[in-house]
Amino acid sequence: MTKPKKDVVVIPTIQTLQKCPTGIKGLDEITGGGLPQGRPTLICGGTGCGKTLLAMEFLVRGATEYNEPGVFMSFEEPSIDLVSNFASLGFDLNDLKDQRKLALDYVQIDREELVDAGEYDLEGLFIRINYAIDTIGAKRIVLDTIETLFSGFSNESILRAELKRLFHFLKTKGITAIITGEQGDKTLTRHGLEEYVADCVIFLSHKVSEQIATRRIRIVKYRGSVHGTNEYPFLIDEQGFSVMPISSIGLDHAASSERVSTGISRLDTMLGVKGYYRGSSILASGTAGTGKSSIAAHFVDAACRRGERCLYFAFEESRNQIIRNMRSIGINLEQWVNEGLLEFRNSRPSLYGLEMHLVTMHKAIEQFEPDIVIVDPISNLEAAASETEVKSMLSRLIDMLKMKGITAFCTDLTSVGGSLERTDAGISSLMDTWLLLQVIEGGGERNRGLYILKSRGMEHSNQVREFSLSSEGIMLQDVYIGPGGVLTGASKLAQEAREKAESLARSQNIEYKQREIDRKKIVIEAQIAALRAGFESDMEELELAVAIEKMHQKVLAEDSVAMGKARKSDDAQTEIDPTKTVSEVANDCKN
Amino acid sequence: MTVKTDLPKKATKKTSSAKPDASYLLKLYIAGQTTKSKTAIENLNRICVEHLDAKYRVEVIDLLQQPQLAEGEQILAVPTLVKTLPEPVKRIIGDLSNTERVIVGLDIKPDRNK
Repeated sequence: MTKPKKDVVVIPTIQTLQKCPTGIKGLDEITGGGLPQGRPTLICGGTGCGKTLLAMEFLVRGATEYNEPGVFMSFEEPSIDLVSNFASLGFDLNDLKDQRKLALDYVQIDREELVDAGEYDLEGLFIRINYAIDTIGAKRIVLDTIETLFSGFSNESILRAELKRLFHFLKTKGITAIITGEQGDKTLTRHGLEEYVADCVIFLSHKVSEQIATRRIRIVKYRGSVHGTNEYPFLIDEQGFSVMPISSIGLDHAASSERVSTGISRLDTMLGVKGYYRGSSILASGTAGTGKSSIAAHFVDAACRRGERCLYFAFEESRNQIIRNMRSIGINLEQWVNEGLLEFRNSRPSLYGLEMHLVTMHKAIEQFEPDIVIVDPISNLEAAASETEVKSMLSRLIDMLKMKGITAFCTDLTSVGGSLERTDAGISSLMDTWLLLQVIEGGGERNRGLYILKSRGMEHSNQVREFSLSSEGIMLQDVYIGPGGVLTGASKLAQEAREKAESLARSQNIEYKQREIDRKKIVIEAQIAALRAGFESDMEELELAVAIEKMHQKVLAEDSVAMGKARKSDDAQTEIDPTKTVSEVANDCKN
Repeated sequence: MTVKTDLPKKATKKTSSAKPDASYLLKLYIAGQTTKSKTAIENLNRICVEHLDAKYRVEVIDLLQQPQLAEGEQILAVPTLVKTLPEPVKRIIGDLSNTERVIVGLDIKPDRNK
């Protein structure tokens, strides 16, 4: 039972092609691990496309990183020239030679000196190669450019037979070989080397479109292995060769639910209180002078305060200019640069092709490992390429950033006259959060308005905010929304004043009416009082009349008593109260 | 009689040959005793005997024995005949079966052919 199991394990390892890592950035990714081990690989391309460099880096990396010594058989450049050429890339070939990790052999072919007199073969070359390999125990070899042999030897049939034998010889030697070849008119190589090297063919190109050159690499063929088939841009710089297989990224990146502050508290509030999502892509678009960079600077400042790393790609302004300008709105970016949290990469879009921009950005991102990347502005990249190319490039950039969980903040300059809700680069669909900055004109001035056009996956404000730049940074304010439309700035203030006056007038009017009512109330109350007083006096009069009448009756009665007394009546009781009787009499007299 | 490298050989040449223009130093590089090698050696000997009137010296170098010499002498094809002296240096590749070309390649004057 165990035996078949073992077989199952062993067979695939035999079948899968062993790969020899090149150590060159990105190349191992697109080849799925490196060049075919123990087999020759053809690298072809036009003049100056980087064949020799790629080949040499393969050897140097092999010697330094994988402990695989290598032989460089140069058919074009003398060894001394090679050493000095590669010294400028930081490769010390002499040192490697002394360590017996590298052997350089210059094969000089001078047709002038050669006279062909009879049958020959290239055993001499074989012996040289074999000797060089054996002296340092080489695992890798480069033949650069073996096609030169065609100019040296007139008998092509011998040469072709010998080349075939050479590649066979290299294979039996089990050495991983790179053979370079110059690009032909309609063929990959001028002399059809590809027919001998059938295992792996890599094509380098150096195209110039609109005066901007872009280097690209493509794996034409890789027998027995899956590989990336696209044309990948690559870069040659002071660190050598780097390929950026950016287009291989899919849409399977993780989505963080962590939020990061925008650096503007009011904007945070608008974005569901907490700000952007980490790892999302944010676009701030607007016409010139709407404050896109300022919003970016706020974001950078807030991130650096949290101790995060920011990489700022500026295509319009120099580093110092940005720092100076942002200081005017109270943001000190220089401190973050000094602390190493912020790095600027400034370049003109026309400096090189779009792909190269992407590659350099990719490289910078890998080196700096930022949490936040600012691209200011993306629209300027269009100077270097067409709209579709920009879109493709940006989608790959954003995909790459999302893969790495880096928050991307892009600004986009929309042209005046065009629709604001379309970006020039047509990348709105790539963006998670889109801040639209708008100039609101009116009342003889231009004011900035900001609103959130979209923000995926969060509740956000749908209102327009006016924002102003002051020495303390961006201030977001509510705009005036009334029957006259949205008002901002001075006209907003004027409108507010007008409203205040109106409301004051209204309240004064109400007060006036109130007072009038009060007054009327007093008058009515007075009238009531007067009426009541009249009524009371009438009542009093009535009572008086009644009293007088009574008195009168009484007086009459007394008079009759007195008369009776005088007539000698016998009732004397009425004499007890003579005074009262007198006053009543007086009253009676008045009436 | 001295065992010498290139420079002393020149010296020995000058001393051994009386005429200044008559000294030929020829090096034949071969790779093992192949048919081509043998043919080349035979052809070279014949041409030398016929055309050089004994004013020559031939060294046969087997690169299988001394592979390090291939680089210094810029040998690619074998057999290669290098005419080191007199100058200019000339290289003739092949088994030397084309006598005409060898003679031209060695700058042997037609007068001497007779």
